[in-house]
Amino acid sequence: MAEVMLGTATAEAVALAGEPAITPELVREHNLTVAEYERILELLGRVPTLTELGVFSALWSEHCSYKHSRPILRTFPTTGPQVVQGPGENAGVLRLPDGWAVAFKVESHNHPSAVEPYQGAATGVGGILRDVFTMGARPVALLNSLRFGPLDVPRNRYLFAGVVRGVGDYGNCVGIPTLGGEVAFAPGYTGNPLVNAMCVGLLRAGDLIRARAEGTGNVLLTVGARTGRDGIHGASFASEELSAASEARRPQVQVGDPFTEKLLLEASLELITSGLIVAIQDMGAAGLTSSSAEMAARGGVGVEIDTGLVPTRESGMTPYEILLSESQERMLVVAEPARVDEISAVCARWELTATPIGRVTDDGIFRVTHHGTVVAAIPGQRLVDDCPVYHPEARESEEVRARRTMAAPAVEIGPEEALARLLGTPNLASKRWVYEQYDSTVQAATVIAPGGDAGVIMVPGTEFGLAVTLDCNARLLALDPYEGGKAAVAEAARNIACTGARPLGITDCLNFGNPEKPEVFFQFREACRGISDACRAFGTPVTGGNVSFYNESPTGAIDPTPTIGMVGVLERAADRVGSHFAEPGDRICILGVTVGRLGGSAYWAELVDFVGGAPAPVDLEAERRLQELLVAAARDGLLRSAHDCSEGGLAVALAEAAMGASYAEHPLGAAADLTGYGDGIAPDALLFGEDGARAVVSLAEGALGALAELAARHGVPLFRAGAVGSAGGALSIVAGGRTLTWDTRHLRRTWLDAIPRRMRHADLDRTTGA
Amino acid sequence: MSYRVHVRVMPRTGLLDPQGQAVEHALAALGFAGAGDVRVGRAIELELAADSPAEAESEARRMCERLLANPVTEDFELEVEAR
Amino acid sequence: MSRRVAVVRFPGSNCDADALRAAQLVGAEADYVWHRDTSLGGADVVILPGGFSYGDYLRSGAIARFSPIMAAVRSHADAGGAVLGICNGFQILCEAHLLPGALMRNAGLSFVSRPVPVTVERTTTPFTSAYAPGARLTLPVAHGEGRFAATVDVARMLEAEGRVVLRYAKGDPAAEPGNPNGSAHDIAGISNAEGNVVGIMPHPERVVSPLLGSDEGLGFFTSFMAAGTATPPMESMSR
Repeated sequence: MAEVMLGTATAEAVALAGEPAITPELVREHNLTVAEYERILELLGRVPTLTELGVFSALWSEHCSYKHSRPILRTFPTTGPQVVQGPGENAGVLRLPDGWAVAFKVESHNHPSAVEPYQGAATGVGGILRDVFTMGARPVALLNSLRFGPLDVPRNRYLFAGVVRGVGDYGNCVGIPTLGGEVAFAPGYTGNPLVNAMCVGLLRAGDLIRARAEGTGNVLLTVGARTGRDGIHGASFASEELSAASEARRPQVQVGDPFTEKLLLEASLELITSGLIVAIQDMGAAGLTSSSAEMAARGGVGVEIDTGLVPTRESGMTPYEILLSESQERMLVVAEPARVDEISAVCARWELTATPIGRVTDDGIFRVTHHGTVVAAIPGQRLVDDCPVYHPEARESEEVRARRTMAAPAVEIGPEEALARLLGTPNLASKRWVYEQYDSTVQAATVIAPGGDAGVIMVPGTEFGLAVTLDCNARLLALDPYEGGKAAVAEAARNIACTGARPLGITDCLNFGNPEKPEVFFQFREACRGISDACRAFGTPVTGGNVSFYNESPTGAIDPTPTIGMVGVLERAADRVGSHFAEPGDRICILGVTVGRLGGSAYWAELVDFVGGAPAPVDLEAERRLQELLVAAARDGLLRSAHDCSEGGLAVALAEAAMGASYAEHPLGAAADLTGYGDGIAPDALLFGEDGARAVVSLAEGALGALAELAARHGVPLFRAGAVGSAGGALSIVAGGRTLTWDTRHLRRTWLDAIPRRMRHADLDRTTGA
Repeated sequence: MSYRVHVRVMPRTGLLDPQGQAVEHALAALGFAGAGDVRVGRAIELELAADSPAEAESEARRMCERLLANPVTEDFELEVEAR
Repeated sequence: MSRRVAVVRFPGSNCDADALRAAQLVGAEADYVWHRDTSLGGADVVILPGGFSYGDYLRSGAIARFSPIMAAVRSHADAGGAVLGICNGFQILCEAHLLPGALMRNAGLSFVSRPVPVTVERTTTPFTSAYAPGARLTLPVAHGEGRFAATVDVARMLEAEGRVVLRYAKGDPAAEPGNPNGSAHDIAGISNAEGNVVGIMPHPERVVSPLLGSDEGLGFFTSFMAAGTATPPMESMSR
């Protein structure tokens, strides 16, 4: 390799004065392997310039190329009558009633959030918003899935507080309601917090625009913020030549500007709906490089960019820096030359500038010039498509295999204390402390706010509603990635169906450790197989998403965490069903079967610190029947509440429904008698087992017959468990011949206060401890 | 001895400063045409007991590093004034 | 009878569409007015909506008050025309000195988004006449800077002149305290002396149909529909 590298660049692209020579060290610092570099030499027929090396490094990174995941991602089901746009665009799009469509996507911003939680999370929200509005959709909901190490570690509290504030400040300012999501805590996330943000947008199906550069001679424009040295891949700066650079030239944290984002949102939608532009894409990861190269490759054209024309925030930026900058709130637009003035006028109205920086060419070359010098010239299609694809070895960890058959230590406390303690753990506690920092009612369309099974919004001017959720139980995946992958989709679908909505499709954010480790790749492959099988069974195709590998730090790797973002449609928004018991005296029913499997349960994990046993296998047919029953019952107006039964089992589901909604004045309590349901199951397994395909519903006594008939027709077992209590009433459950009783006011206080009491001084936690 | 510590925390050089940018635009809109490169930070003052100005300064520096400024996104300057 | 409503859009307004829809829902003829415009286009009622005008950088509302449209809003208010500022709109009205006091960072230092119980204290305004005096409503708040602050004299004057329009009410004793941000005198909304200019932190435009949880906010919009075309000063209060 050393010999080939001694040559100088051909006339097609020229190294700039003072640019370092391409050495094996420099190649390595760009995270390119020897084989990958050889492929670059073969592809170019010469040694790359530094700028070209940077471009390859960015586009052939895991983040842009999916080089370890692509073969697996291809196995996802991606088609269906509802699919308008599957994977491969900025966001997936599904058909809705009345000529509407929904664009949605989830993406990770894990590493930036570990470095700077506030800005990392804020810019994560900004990026996902742009992915959705560049499809021509107006963002109507945000969700986020957050994971941290345990809250007794000060650094974890600092990260949690900073991330929540960053998510909130950004979404609140742009004016997008945050409708739900999840927050979980487990040791593997210490040092590896996960910040996954999902955005859902609405569009008229006819306004859909794709990020495809077309039309030789068309102009490329940047719209929005200026380009600074934010988030530039650090590698090149480690080289000898640049190490003497000033402090200010070091790579910088990306700072979000939600105000500019809001202007960009309005300007972009105006540009799209007025038909002034051909294509638009966010300059996200790898900035101008990936947005221009990907748009060109999709359109099968070449592009030529003059980095000297790109408006910069600092002087003296090199083409390398301009191409790889990850400055936020920037768009790349393709338009006919005749439209440039009108585009500038729209942007000016929104206090933004649009600057022509290049053009679409017919030679298929990704070409970059800088004040007249060609600094990069790469066959564009091959730049995007020729990244090597890897098929890593997959092997299940012996340790995980053993943990599935390990016996749990005895839980020494009784079920009464167990439930109270579970509700006081951060994992099962109310997340009100989190979502009170998010505006959940802006846009005046929120039908079900955070705190329920799924968020629901109405679509003004129509009858229908949209349900959205983001879910994953990583503990199940840690023990059995295949069943856990199925369970994540099943839980998301149950949450959607509990509101009365029919699941439509998913987006996924696949967070894993290092895929080059066989144990990790096994988790990835099996989790994806589980997700695929569940999506096929439910008819909910995968419309896109994001893969985040290498979530490992010296303190360990994360649990496999593929978060599933799902959308569903409620034919009539008015049919929506809440999660909490609503009327004193209503009847309570349990839908589905309890076997009492405690493998991977919160009961064992939280009370005896045991993550083990085999998780309940997911019966996809039973899940589908339950979903259909819930949707039908809501449509017939039979239900007053429906709540998914998952983490913490039946006891937690009953308690949550009985404690009441986040702002209920009184918990209603409930009296449930499980005699005749799950007889022969040990009381703790009956109460806290985490079998799937179950829901706790309440309804008026008069509707009981109709629901029983409907359940029978759908093949879903229905058990009449008891009745809703009255204001301030107790929760009582008869299980195993014993009557267990809880004071719901006390439970509610424990449940509401569990997170705030741990977070009181979180701002002081930045530097205290690990 | 008691010292008055003046801390000035500013966004790190090179980092985007959305606040400064918005104020700059507003100033221009109000006709202050000569204003440019606006940056917005914050000032903190505190009373500090220490044996010497040097000790006060090093103590204040530790406060900045640990709490008052976020080293990832902010720079700080301090001034120690004897009372 | 038809009433014309102007919803002012500043860069960063994000409750503009919500306010427009609520006004249309009660039958008003509602349109947007751009911050760079200089005329309200003959509107009877002006709404400054919520949001983060100019990002709320510097201070909430501090930059928006200098927008060209604000001169027209001031003339409209001076002539006795109805002006409602919601959330960021309230902040702008204070920065523009159309209302006294200021809205400062919440006492809890965090953004707070939740439904809060409030009582309607003044019903002699074009936005609250549809409510019974003392009516108790639950309205959503969503703000980071909503703590009403004023000098002791100003606060006393507001109380003495009956200019507190909305006040945070105590919820169930077991539940959270009603005041979500530490506002002086539990103030959630005030008016000018004449009552034609009203600023409130809660968002009535977000609760205008049972599907949205309740329609208790509708009264803010039906009030001005019933108020008649001439909009005389509702009531003159001498200082």
